[in-house]
Amino acid sequence: MPQMNMVQAVNSALDVMLGRDPAVVIMGEDIGYFGGVFRCTEGLQRKYGESRVIDTPISEGGIVATAIGMGVNGLRPVAEIQFADYVYPAFDQIVSELARLRYRTAGEYSAAVTVRMPCGGGIRGGQTHSQSPEGIFTHVCGIKVVMPSNPYDAKGLLVSSIEDDDPVVFFEPKRIYNGPFDGDWHKPAVPWSTHPKGEVPAGHYTVPLSRAQIVRPGADVTVLAYGTMVHVAEAAVRLAGVDAEIVDLRTLVPLDLDTVCTSVCKTGRCVIVHEATRFSGFGAELSASVQEECFWSLQAPIQRVTGWDTPYPHAFEWEYFPGPNRISAALKAVMEGT
Amino acid sequence: MATRASRLHVPHPPARPGDRPNFDYLKLSPAGSVSRPEITAPLDSTAHLAQELVRVIDDEGHALGPWNPHLDAADLQVGLRHMVLTRSFDERMQRIQRQGRISFYMKSTGEEAVSIAAAMALRPDDMLFPSYRTQGLYIARGRSLVDLMCQCLSNTHDMCKGRQMPVMYHWRSGNIFSISGNLATQFPQAVGWAMAAAIKGEDRLAASWLGEGSTAEADFHQALTFAAVYQAPVILNVVNNQWAISTFQGFAGGEHRTFAARGPGYGIPGIRVDGNDFLAVYAVTQWAAERARRGTGPTLIEHVTYRAGAHSTSDDPSRYRPKEEWQSFPLGDPIKRLERHLIALGEWSAERQERLEKELDAHVGECWKESMRYGTLTEGPSLDPATMFEDVFKEMPAHLARQRRELKSLLGG
Repeated sequence: MPQMNMVQAVNSALDVMLGRDPAVVIMGEDIGYFGGVFRCTEGLQRKYGESRVIDTPISEGGIVATAIGMGVNGLRPVAEIQFADYVYPAFDQIVSELARLRYRTAGEYSAAVTVRMPCGGGIRGGQTHSQSPEGIFTHVCGIKVVMPSNPYDAKGLLVSSIEDDDPVVFFEPKRIYNGPFDGDWHKPAVPWSTHPKGEVPAGHYTVPLSRAQIVRPGADVTVLAYGTMVHVAEAAVRLAGVDAEIVDLRTLVPLDLDTVCTSVCKTGRCVIVHEATRFSGFGAELSASVQEECFWSLQAPIQRVTGWDTPYPHAFEWEYFPGPNRISAALKAVMEGT
Repeated sequence: MATRASRLHVPHPPARPGDRPNFDYLKLSPAGSVSRPEITAPLDSTAHLAQELVRVIDDEGHALGPWNPHLDAADLQVGLRHMVLTRSFDERMQRIQRQGRISFYMKSTGEEAVSIAAAMALRPDDMLFPSYRTQGLYIARGRSLVDLMCQCLSNTHDMCKGRQMPVMYHWRSGNIFSISGNLATQFPQAVGWAMAAAIKGEDRLAASWLGEGSTAEADFHQALTFAAVYQAPVILNVVNNQWAISTFQGFAGGEHRTFAARGPGYGIPGIRVDGNDFLAVYAVTQWAAERARRGTGPTLIEHVTYRAGAHSTSDDPSRYRPKEEWQSFPLGDPIKRLERHLIALGEWSAERQERLEKELDAHVGECWKESMRYGTLTEGPSLDPATMFEDVFKEMPAHLARQRRELKSLLGG
């Protein structure tokens, strides 16, 4: 089976969908001739032409708005926002329009738009190239929110997102584009070819939306994570020496609450990890849902390990990043029941 | 009846890698040929300014026509010095980024006149809302290179306290606003600042800069709408350097109309100026500033120039444009053109130029040595990471104080 990194997996998903479905078009800044600043769309314009792999003006609001119009007119656009940090000019179009079109027209109109964007820090990108705004979008009713943690899932989830008739916001953690990252930035980078999820089928396949995956079975504590933090959590579990069950959520909306709660009810403990800021972050939703469903099984308060509630600082990104040490400390704390 | 199906028009740059550079699409006017309307002239009698190209310095280095600002030789030498210093600073910082001492850099090479001539034509108390390629504003206003370098180093002397990527400077006492990493946001903010000046009855003005690619953002259109509605004392500068990363100016709408021509559509005079002509940039800025101060309202200026370097140190332009394109750019190099003008005036020489370049290269080297003493990203001394919790709010709320304590205990403090 081919080895792919996450950039190649995203590229392959787009390639497969452009090849299968003439309604699929992709669009964004620098994505056509140039192949994208992260190379996710390399070679696709040459293969499918300028009318299906569309370079756009620098206008995130314009990109999403015209994608909606294309969707209404029968196309299935996949829009790239160059960095998740740049999505806010498109916020109104996503929140007020894309998310609610089906609802406000009682199902007569909808737009099957997928909005892709790289997110997360760890690349010295400072506050405008490091954000993880997924929690802002999970709070909006009517859009699905996805964040893969590896190349196999990235391709399968992106194919599912494009095929889905509802709008999807698809986050790509850029720190793991080229290899899994366990949170220790001193170590040399590891390529995806060393990881089983770096094996990616060349053709069409899907990973279903709304299905979490247990990436490490365990008995004593459940760790809920997604994106880059799945790998960081694995390192933290090794560091803490606990028998943790790690759940990779993969899709945040709709959430696979069954897998989450079955695990927490089994282990009786829960640590929630995300890179995004803590206050009103997606972890708050997870914590509340787990408490509602698993209260009588819990043996310790639920812990959240997240980015601090500040903008992402350029010089201190590793003090900001919720690394293995902080997660490990939380694991030990829930094991001690404190 | 025969009908023709619609077809998506996709703009194409005139040359890609391997092609011969081609700037035939740029409409040029001879130096000195464009008339200069009175600053009180009605909008319609300024219409030609948005189509033609205001130029003062001709190919032989002579200053021609009604836009010649007749600056003293001493002022011209100061302008030249600022431009040479900016270029030397940029070259040094780019090399330092390649050595891994800073994380990122953006040069302004080829565009120095746009910032420096404008800053010199304005008053020091005028408020500037820069883009990320207008470091010349800082240099023209006299900010020390050590301060700029320390920002890029995120060290103990960094004005941003390690919070911003390199080049995202700010300078409150120098009346230069903070640089955002997001595009065009500063344009309508400058209009708001100018509206406040009008509300308060001050004669200060605001000026802002963005790239032609950023004119596609809604912020640009909001800026022009508000500026026109309130006749705000603001100068809105579009730096048309032909390239927005890999996307040529046609993708921002430059194929069909000049960027200056956006102005009249909103009721604002638009001027298209040779951005590599120090005298022309100075003169049009002066014209726009006089209009603003007299209460005659905003002006949109399109500076036609060329981004000689990569978009940033993360970019590789050889993938999308001919390598030698800058050498073919018909408006040349702004430094060489001002140098030639000074030589034509008998106020400069090749030897003095060489001496100046050496002197400023040495100065940049000294500043770098001093900056390094305040630390680098990877080598101390460094700021206390717990400072990241400051300035989120004026007073630190309890939840941040708690998080700061947690970080301090993690760091063993």
